[in-house]
Amino acid sequence: MHVTSPVREPLIQGGKTYADVTEDICRHVEGAPTKEWKIAFGLSLIVLAYGSVCLAWTWWEGLGVWGLNKTVGWAWDITNFVWWVGIGHAGTLISAILLLFRQKWRTSINRAAEAMTIFAVICAASFILMHMGRPWMAYWALPLPNAFGSLWVNFNSPLVWDVFAISTYFSVSLVFWYIGLIPDLATIRDRATSKISKLMYGTFAMGWDGSAKTWARYEYISLILAGLSTPLVLSVHTIVSMDFATSVIPGWHTTIFPPYFVAGAIFSGFAMVQNLMLITRVVYKLEDYITLEHIETMNKVITLTGSVVGVAYITEFFIAWYSGVEYEYYAFFNRMTGPYWWAYWAMMTCNVISPQLFWSRKLRRSITFTFFISVVVNIGMWFERFVIIVTSLHRDYIPSSWAMFSPTRYDIGDYIFSFGLFFTLFLLFSKYLPVVNMAEVKAVIRSTSANLPTKIAGVAKVRQRGTAEPAFDKDKE
Amino acid sequence: MAELSGKYLVGVYDDDDTVLHAVPKLRKAGVKIKEVYSPFPIHGLDEALGHPRTRIGIAAFMFGVTGCCVALTLMIWTMGIDWPMIVGGKDPISIPNYIPITFELTVLFTAFGMVTTFFISNGLGPGTHFHPRFDVRSTDNKFVMAIDLGRNSMSEDEISRALKDSGAEEVNIKQF
Repeated sequence: MHVTSPVREPLIQGGKTYADVTEDICRHVEGAPTKEWKIAFGLSLIVLAYGSVCLAWTWWEGLGVWGLNKTVGWAWDITNFVWWVGIGHAGTLISAILLLFRQKWRTSINRAAEAMTIFAVICAASFILMHMGRPWMAYWALPLPNAFGSLWVNFNSPLVWDVFAISTYFSVSLVFWYIGLIPDLATIRDRATSKISKLMYGTFAMGWDGSAKTWARYEYISLILAGLSTPLVLSVHTIVSMDFATSVIPGWHTTIFPPYFVAGAIFSGFAMVQNLMLITRVVYKLEDYITLEHIETMNKVITLTGSVVGVAYITEFFIAWYSGVEYEYYAFFNRMTGPYWWAYWAMMTCNVISPQLFWSRKLRRSITFTFFISVVVNIGMWFERFVIIVTSLHRDYIPSSWAMFSPTRYDIGDYIFSFGLFFTLFLLFSKYLPVVNMAEVKAVIRSTSANLPTKIAGVAKVRQRGTAEPAFDKDKE
Repeated sequence: MAELSGKYLVGVYDDDDTVLHAVPKLRKAGVKIKEVYSPFPIHGLDEALGHPRTRIGIAAFMFGVTGCCVALTLMIWTMGIDWPMIVGGKDPISIPNYIPITFELTVLFTAFGMVTTFFISNGLGPGTHFHPRFDVRSTDNKFVMAIDLGRNSMSEDEISRALKDSGAEEVNIKQF
């Protein structure tokens, strides 16, 4: 039962006991905000304020303040939307797909990754509202009875599918995250000393008592939520890709899009998780929980998905030539050698070459290098969406309408807004909620921790020999 | 968690394995255990305690079927009956195009329905945190076994001894 292969390093280091886990992870929640946190929070509020001013002007004045023209009707807005949604895929992948695959290393990072998912989807949704130009009419995307003779939304359109996909994804991710938070909120509630935190954590812990019956149901619904979220996470970016793939624009009209977008989403999402976790583990002193092993494993996922993305780029290019469709061929040739060649090559370098460097064990275990590559990957993935959207649009069938896109300060400002929003939310999360799932870490600590935290010698001996007590074998489920 | 009343013996254990092995031993000895509270799920504990298998999966399935039906009804009625619309030369009722939204709404209804059922069946909800608890350490590092003395025919001393023998490091009395 509690036996782990000696080949693998323990997931949680430092010989933590259950009490240590509670202590280590509650520390930052219970303590006063640190100076570093205050500075970071202040900075992100300033960024958010600047972005909000730009956004307010965008909505006040209209979408004319962006650099769009009649040829390039989608640019940074949809680029940013797809980029943020893509980043928002890692959290649910970690918590759902890795739960189904029984990957125990997910326990240290799933909480923060899911929080990142939720905030990234909020940022993505903000671009959907922005690109509508008149966000107060956003409810038109919903099938509501209306005064236009009850003309309903077009359910054949992937844009309507997207409304349902993104909102379902957001709300189900939120529920999944919250269900996982409840036992930890109860832990904090039971340790809380001040009246206000007793009330707040107590209310949100919903009276959780950790009874065996509750835990059994909890595990059951977690499994079903994971089973639901797995196809859900794949469906979301599939539908996002269909926004493009069901059109007849050369460069967009390809059947490879769904798997290619999903791989790209996981690729960029893991890169963002790396960025956030590498900082969080140092700031909150969680090096024993988020170890080099975790970082290395995530780098392996980045290499895998990066390779899938690379193969997709090459396949797409090959098919553009092999199909003999000259418009398709031109679209790709133009990406590579046209006026936006720099964006294309930035994408190729960042996404295809950089993750391959992680084949070196030394590099994928280097924290500085990992951080650097994660930033590079996210830049590359932003360029990927920019290349797909702008270079496919800017030279259409009539050369007289060919145009270039250049961003205005409002394109940039609205992008900055999303960063301000994301970091403000993430900083609030990381201060007031436990960034590591305590209950799940406690459940895996025994099979992975370097020291066995037991005082009962008889049981420990049984465990070390690797034989369960014959009367009752709990792993025989 | 429902309101508690009566007199309870509370065994506090230090280790999940100890408590897991203690449960069948105590039940064999004739002790009726009310519940075990732990900071994390212990696999097999609910079976050892004799709790019936949860039926929440059935509820989840029903909610899923509801979501699926709602989605199909909504789309077939709006696109095909209330205001028939031909888009892109497709039939007003074109089921393949309805698959994505049907899937999304099935997932949405299942998730929310199941989680609501979970809250209701466990008596969880805002405000229930005022309910008394056997030992607050059960959300930190202790495994807490509650035994309702009113429901046991054995004497307090006998149960207390049995708890100690099964590995409990403390045995407390809790009166509500």
